[in-house]
Amino acid sequence: MKNYTIFSFIFIMWILIIIGGGLLVVFTSMISIEGYVTVGPLELYYTSIAKAVIAIILIIIWIYVLTKIKNWMFHKKIKN
Amino acid sequence: MFDQIVPAILVSIVAFFSVYVITPFLIRALEKRNLTVKDYHRKGGAMIPRPGGPSILIGIIASEITLYAFFPTTAIITILITTSLAFVVGIIDDRKALGGWFKPLALAASAIPIIFLGAYDSNLAFPLFGSFKIPALYLALIIFIIPITGNTINSIDVLNGVASGFMTIASFALTISLFIMQNYEIAIASLPLGFVSLAFYKYHKFPSSIFPGDSGALTLGAMYGVIAILGHVEIVAAIALLPAVINSFLFLSSVKHVVEHRQIKNPTAVTSDFKLMATSDKDAPITLLRLILAAGPLTEKQIVLVIFKLALFSASLAIITAFMMGIKI
Repeated sequence: MKNYTIFSFIFIMWILIIIGGGLLVVFTSMISIEGYVTVGPLELYYTSIAKAVIAIILIIIWIYVLTKIKNWMFHKKIKN
Repeated sequence: MFDQIVPAILVSIVAFFSVYVITPFLIRALEKRNLTVKDYHRKGGAMIPRPGGPSILIGIIASEITLYAFFPTTAIITILITTSLAFVVGIIDDRKALGGWFKPLALAASAIPIIFLGAYDSNLAFPLFGSFKIPALYLALIIFIIPITGNTINSIDVLNGVASGFMTIASFALTISLFIMQNYEIAIASLPLGFVSLAFYKYHKFPSSIFPGDSGALTLGAMYGVIAILGHVEIVAAIALLPAVINSFLFLSSVKHVVEHRQIKNPTAVTSDFKLMATSDKDAPITLLRLILAAGPLTEKQIVLVIFKLALFSASLAIITAFMMGIKI
């Protein structure tokens, strides 16, 4: 296998990290849970948990996309 | 910043020369106690002393204590405790090969001092888009980062000089990134990692005089992880480590479960002229090494060169990312 495929895969991973990070910041910055609990610090934690759930979902999607790209890029090599 | 130049130079010297001087003594001590393993890729199958972890740890402790004399901070204490705990996990695994789940769990436990000492910031910074605060998730992330970096470096430690050489490149990229992001205190605290790796590489490069073992690889990986957390450069650190991350990713997606690397089939075989080739065994895992060898057999030195080129490429991307951290869109 030409090593440029591995270099390309690293470059794609880098782009995906930047895009994925951007999506994470954009989506989570919109979230703020207020008015459901009376104690202030709890609101922060509910917000944090909601953000964490979104982050985990995005990470799962990120790994899924990466797996598809890996299979597409290294298909012939893996078969060998 | 100028008052930090002298400590920076001093810790670099202490880190480099302590490993450079101690490792030959460790090699002789290990040979004397017959603590050697066979190098299967070497013509004649030479017996190589292992583990080199103790000299790596001494280098880190000596240099970080030197730095602590100048800057008595919690960050340095955190680096020392977490790295030492990871070394203990590694040395146990060196002496007695334990199950696939032992190392991740024990390394996760070694990350707990980071939380108790409060040496972290729950903001996760991304390039271009800024950061987001995730107190609940970040605690979990700390517990995950140390096992991931430790095992990632351990899993790439398959050829002479790869783990130490790769860590030299990645850690200097991390140090440069920390300087770019003006986090001088952690940047200086990260210098020992690069210089310890560089000094150990002198003995670990082909043909190896010593192997780092799990204690060496986990110590280097854990220190890398703790610096990423303390310096708020988790993303930059992950990018600098991408070739090793790909290796773990390919391995896990082909094996599909956590397993001790000694329990899996070797994805490579040695030709009659002592080149390495990808095995045709369908059950052998896909690894970075196997992908590099897909084009045909290569010598160990040639493969290591390819891995270092990949490391330099990802190190460049990490440094570019550090510059991008200062830009917001």
